[in-house]
Amino acid sequence: MDALLLEYLPILIFLGIATVLGLAFMVAAFVLAPSDPDPEKVSTYECGFNAFDDARLKFDVRFYLVAILFIIFDLEVAFLFPWIFPIFEGNIFAFWSMAVFLAVLTVGFLYEWRKGALDWE
Amino acid sequence: MFTAIANWWGSLPAELTWSLATIGQIMAFVVPLLLSLAFLLLMDRKVWAAVQMRKGPNTVGAFGLLQSFADFIKFVVKEIVVPAGADRPLFLLAPLLTFVFAFITWAVVPVAPGWVISDINVGILYIFAISSLGVYGIIIGGWASNSKYPFLGSLRSAAQMVSYEVSIGFILVTVLLMAGTMNLSALVEAQGGGFWNWHVLSLDMLPWPTFLITIPMFVIFFISALAETNRPPFDLPEAESELVAGYQVEYSSTPYLLFMIGEYLNIVLMCALMTVLFFGGWHAPFDFAPFTWVPPVFWFAIKVVFFFFMFAMVKALVPRYRYDQLMRLGWKIFLPTSLAAVFVMGAIVVYTRNAALGG
Repeated sequence: MDALLLEYLPILIFLGIATVLGLAFMVAAFVLAPSDPDPEKVSTYECGFNAFDDARLKFDVRFYLVAILFIIFDLEVAFLFPWIFPIFEGNIFAFWSMAVFLAVLTVGFLYEWRKGALDWE
Repeated sequence: MFTAIANWWGSLPAELTWSLATIGQIMAFVVPLLLSLAFLLLMDRKVWAAVQMRKGPNTVGAFGLLQSFADFIKFVVKEIVVPAGADRPLFLLAPLLTFVFAFITWAVVPVAPGWVISDINVGILYIFAISSLGVYGIIIGGWASNSKYPFLGSLRSAAQMVSYEVSIGFILVTVLLMAGTMNLSALVEAQGGGFWNWHVLSLDMLPWPTFLITIPMFVIFFISALAETNRPPFDLPEAESELVAGYQVEYSSTPYLLFMIGEYLNIVLMCALMTVLFFGGWHAPFDFAPFTWVPPVFWFAIKVVFFFFMFAMVKALVPRYRYDQLMRLGWKIFLPTSLAAVFVMGAIVVYTRNAALGG
């Protein structure tokens, strides 16, 4: 148990070093660079106009749909990762049980396709 | 003298020496990585310049070799402009997230036998998980800017990255099936003995012609890697003629630099993954004399640089995709193809292994 967790400790230290490095870059610019904001400089960019209205726009629902589809298929991939071990041991039952799972998901995928969830016009 | 130092080192508490050694290892990995990134960036610009019959950066240092370092200094002495309506903490957090996630993915990439920060058993799963988190930096950055172009750019970017993440996942499974391990070092070890054993050819799987699966999978992986890292021809989030610079519009100075380093670290990581998964990692193409004299890390580096060169050439040569074409390619072509590949590869592996292991 301890040995297993100890393998992850370098990653944690790496995370710390990366964070410190990134913060150091940012702090360096805050310290070294001039800071002289004026209303025109800090206004948001909109092709030379003053910003018209709020930037929190309504957006296309298809972005949301893509996110849902992503969750389904990403989970599916996450299930497939442990599946490689019984396959490598030649377990035919494991292969066909996963094939049933994949078939169910494929039916769902075809349904989404037919419904036009994957079309961007 | 040397024994005195060794004695002093041995007299320190074990936890302290271990921590110092680990930090030393990490620094020995990070510093060459960042330095090579500086030169890869220059190479990127030089390749586009050569394609367009220009000279490219050639003033700072010999042949412009120090250009990236000059750029770095310039970034650091520029003012950080935070837009008036922006959510200040989130605005500064976003580039930091992109940078940190791009960095820590490298913790499990083996560049030579034993040269890896953390040789965990689920290395591929770790890469898959952390690279999924990378999308947070972009979507937070786009939202926190409170400006229209970054907002639209980050939405596009997020949708594009998650779409291609799925086919990358299936391709990873296809490759892992051949090696039966999720540890990246073991994955490379499984490809030793000569270039015909590399997963892209995988002639050791004969009589099954698995290269008919792995070569197309490699091509799909390469294209998905372009889309995943928002590289041309899939640079729609930052299509200059439409969205100016996408989610980076409002960024300046080192926050922008962090975004850029994160982006290039991800690109080089994708090149390293192609090397590890398909092209035998640190292995030489032939397993005999003149080739085995060269240190393994050199073979790893040369393969990564080659794939980076391919990335640069694609940027220079290929026109940009339209957004609906991009989504169609990802969901309607790559996803079914890679899913079918997982099934076929699984069938081949399970039946050959079952016969070999005697049921």
